[in-house]
Amino acid sequence: MPLAQTVTAVPVVVDDAKCIADKGCTVCVDVCPLDVLRIAETLDGRKTAYMAYDECWYCMPCEADCPTGAVKVNLPYLLK
Amino acid sequence: MDEIRDGMNRIDCDILVIGGGTAGPMAALKAKARNPGANVVLLEKANVKRSGAISMGMDGLNNAVIPGHATPEQYVKEITIANDGIVDQAPVYRYAQNCYDIIQELDRFGIRFQKDKNGEYDVKKVHHIGTYVLPMPNGETVKKALYRQLRKARINISNRYMATRLLTGEGRIAGAICVNTRSAEFLVIRAKAVILCLGAAGRLGLPASGYLYGTYENATNSGDGYALAYHAGAGLANLECYQINPLIKDYNGPACAYVAGPFGAYTANAKGERFIECDYWSGQMMQEFYDELVSGNGPVYLKLNHLAPETIGEIEDILHKVERPTRGTFQAGRGTDYRQKMIEMHISEIGFCSGHSASGVFVDEDARTTVTGLYAAGDMASVPHNYMLGAFTNGAVAGEHAGDWIRDVDHAAIDEGAIEAERRRVLAPTLREDGIPPNQIEYKTRRMVNDYLQPPKVTSKMELAQERFAEIREDLSSGMLVRNSHELLRSLEASSILDCADMAAAASLFRTESRWGLYHNRVEFEGRDNENWFCHTLLTRGRDGMPTLRKQPVAPYVVEIDDTEKDAYYRQRVGSNALKTVAAE
Ligand SMILES: Cc1cc2nc3c(=O)[nH]c(=O)nc-3n(C[C@H](O)[C@H](O)[C@H](O)COP(=O)(O)OP(=O)(O)OC[C@H]3O[C@@H](n4cnc5c(N)ncnc54)[C@H](O)[C@@H]3O)c2cc1C
Ligand code: SF4
Ligand code: SF4
Repeated sequence: MPLAQTVTAVPVVVDDAKCIADKGCTVCVDVCPLDVLRIAETLDGRKTAYMAYDECWYCMPCEADCPTGAVKVNLPYLLK
Repeated sequence: MDEIRDGMNRIDCDILVIGGGTAGPMAALKAKARNPGANVVLLEKANVKRSGAISMGMDGLNNAVIPGHATPEQYVKEITIANDGIVDQAPVYRYAQNCYDIIQELDRFGIRFQKDKNGEYDVKKVHHIGTYVLPMPNGETVKKALYRQLRKARINISNRYMATRLLTGEGRIAGAICVNTRSAEFLVIRAKAVILCLGAAGRLGLPASGYLYGTYENATNSGDGYALAYHAGAGLANLECYQINPLIKDYNGPACAYVAGPFGAYTANAKGERFIECDYWSGQMMQEFYDELVSGNGPVYLKLNHLAPETIGEIEDILHKVERPTRGTFQAGRGTDYRQKMIEMHISEIGFCSGHSASGVFVDEDARTTVTGLYAAGDMASVPHNYMLGAFTNGAVAGEHAGDWIRDVDHAAIDEGAIEAERRRVLAPTLREDGIPPNQIEYKTRRMVNDYLQPPKVTSKMELAQERFAEIREDLSSGMLVRNSHELLRSLEASSILDCADMAAAASLFRTESRWGLYHNRVEFEGRDNENWFCHTLLTRGRDGMPTLRKQPVAPYVVEIDDTEKDAYYRQRVGSNALKTVAAE
């Protein structure tokens, strides 16, 4: 069966102005139990963490362990 | 991102612990302490720093047997009664005797437990009969404390590796095959002993929200431990005794009566009336909860709004900070202020978990499975109502036993053919041009679990489930599509979930009686049939590759239970009396 791209609103938001992935930080990516966060390049060539997969247990290690307070965990829309 | 790389590494160790959540770290520490020369590897699908049910911490110990408050014998009795008598008491007794030492050890690790003015442990009553709940004022430190100990003991930690199959040889355990979840590279580990600590089967039923990861259990726990044990030929006990929990509706986490109960909160119906005398989770309690939910008195709530505002503040402080901190976000979003509104509750999806229920990979009092050299502890092992302290304590039992056992054995020979076959199975979905993605395979499996396996259980529905699962199995093995290493992880989880679904159906069909309240409520077989079914069910992998079942006697009790006490857990409904239960039998 061919595939389609279905959009989904993700619960975890990273404030790229605060994220220091540029300096090599990967803390949130490292701790996430579901392994759904990744580092991407922003339009101006900097780096930032972001939620790559909508597979979240809304558990909070990413937010709790981020050294700069850049991560906000919201609840997935389906259950909020 | 997440590209699939070709690779296969091999390592040897003495003791391989799989799963670095709760039981796993303790098993590794104790194995090393018992046998300092041993090479102990702790393998984890996520990252040991923040993995497992206790990822963010815990609100308290739910089953602490503390001298002066309870005896091991009283605890064994309570757990036996709560599980309808189908309990091998020896492992429960071992736990009850050892857990106080583990509490003190955790204390030394820096995890504090609540004490009263006199410096005594401040244990609370939540269970139907005895007193076993001990709050943890700094419960958020659990994972950090464990991690410090692991580093100190120089345990070799391998994060982001998922174990996919165990290796056996010479009739005993030989190691495990693992896949890196970020690169798809293989790691074959030879080990003299393997300790399984992979947690619950938390992604078996689909939460009512429809969100695949909105589960009660940490969603990393997809039942891989049950599948590993099954394919290695180990026996699994009483899988028809599902886990079903009373939870905050939609949020799907504990509300939590264990925390709020001792402050005066209770489970109520829509009229605000109490209908059960005890908020401790058991199949019998869940049956009452379910009955109320579907009656005209539903839905069911946790009621706090009668408490003093300061008390509620104290409860909020615990509930919104430690174990599931997003509880506060959720309640705020719904406009639920505990001072005004009751908390709407619902029943969870089904799962396997001895942490709260009683099923799992069969183990004896030394945490040994039926495969030589293979141990299991925590939510996936068959010791009932284990909770966190059970995971720690039985993890320790497994680690210590394995530490001794490996002294006299060498690595078992491994079958290269099995490794090659597993490589082909794992990578097959990556070789296709198009097909069905793992999330759709998983969604469909879990929806069928809800449609057909959720109690009350009906024979013809469960048989239909088996037909659907067979079709999905065909899709999974010949049509699943994986495009990167992250999807590969999900595809392997989908396979474990399907194995667990088949096991749940087979075990539930086998036991032709009702038992454990809602957990195994079979509509056509009302009441318990002690004459034919006062036994465990033991599931193994049959020659056709599908589950096969047999009865296994309950081991003679260590602590006798008086006839008048046996049905105590059936007398939970407010105003109930003993006669009702007797009549049902
Ligand atoms: C929301 C919630 C609240 C709870 N509250 C309490 C409480 O207040 N008090 C209490 O006593 N108990 C509580 N419990 C129960 C208690 O937390 C568990 O019983 C206990 O932590 C289970 O420990 P475990 O080691 O078996 O599983 P876990 O701690 O979940 O660890 C399993 C580990 O295995 C890893 N894993 C899974 N599959 C693989 C694989 N294929 N390969 C490698 N690794 C793998 C996982 O990533 C995870 O780290 C709660 C449970 C939950 C879910
Ligand atoms: S809330 Fe938990 S699952 Fe979700 S992204 Fe953060 S760490 Fe990962
Ligand atoms: S932990 Fe915070 S700073 Fe570090 S990568 Fe993640 S969001 Fe950025």
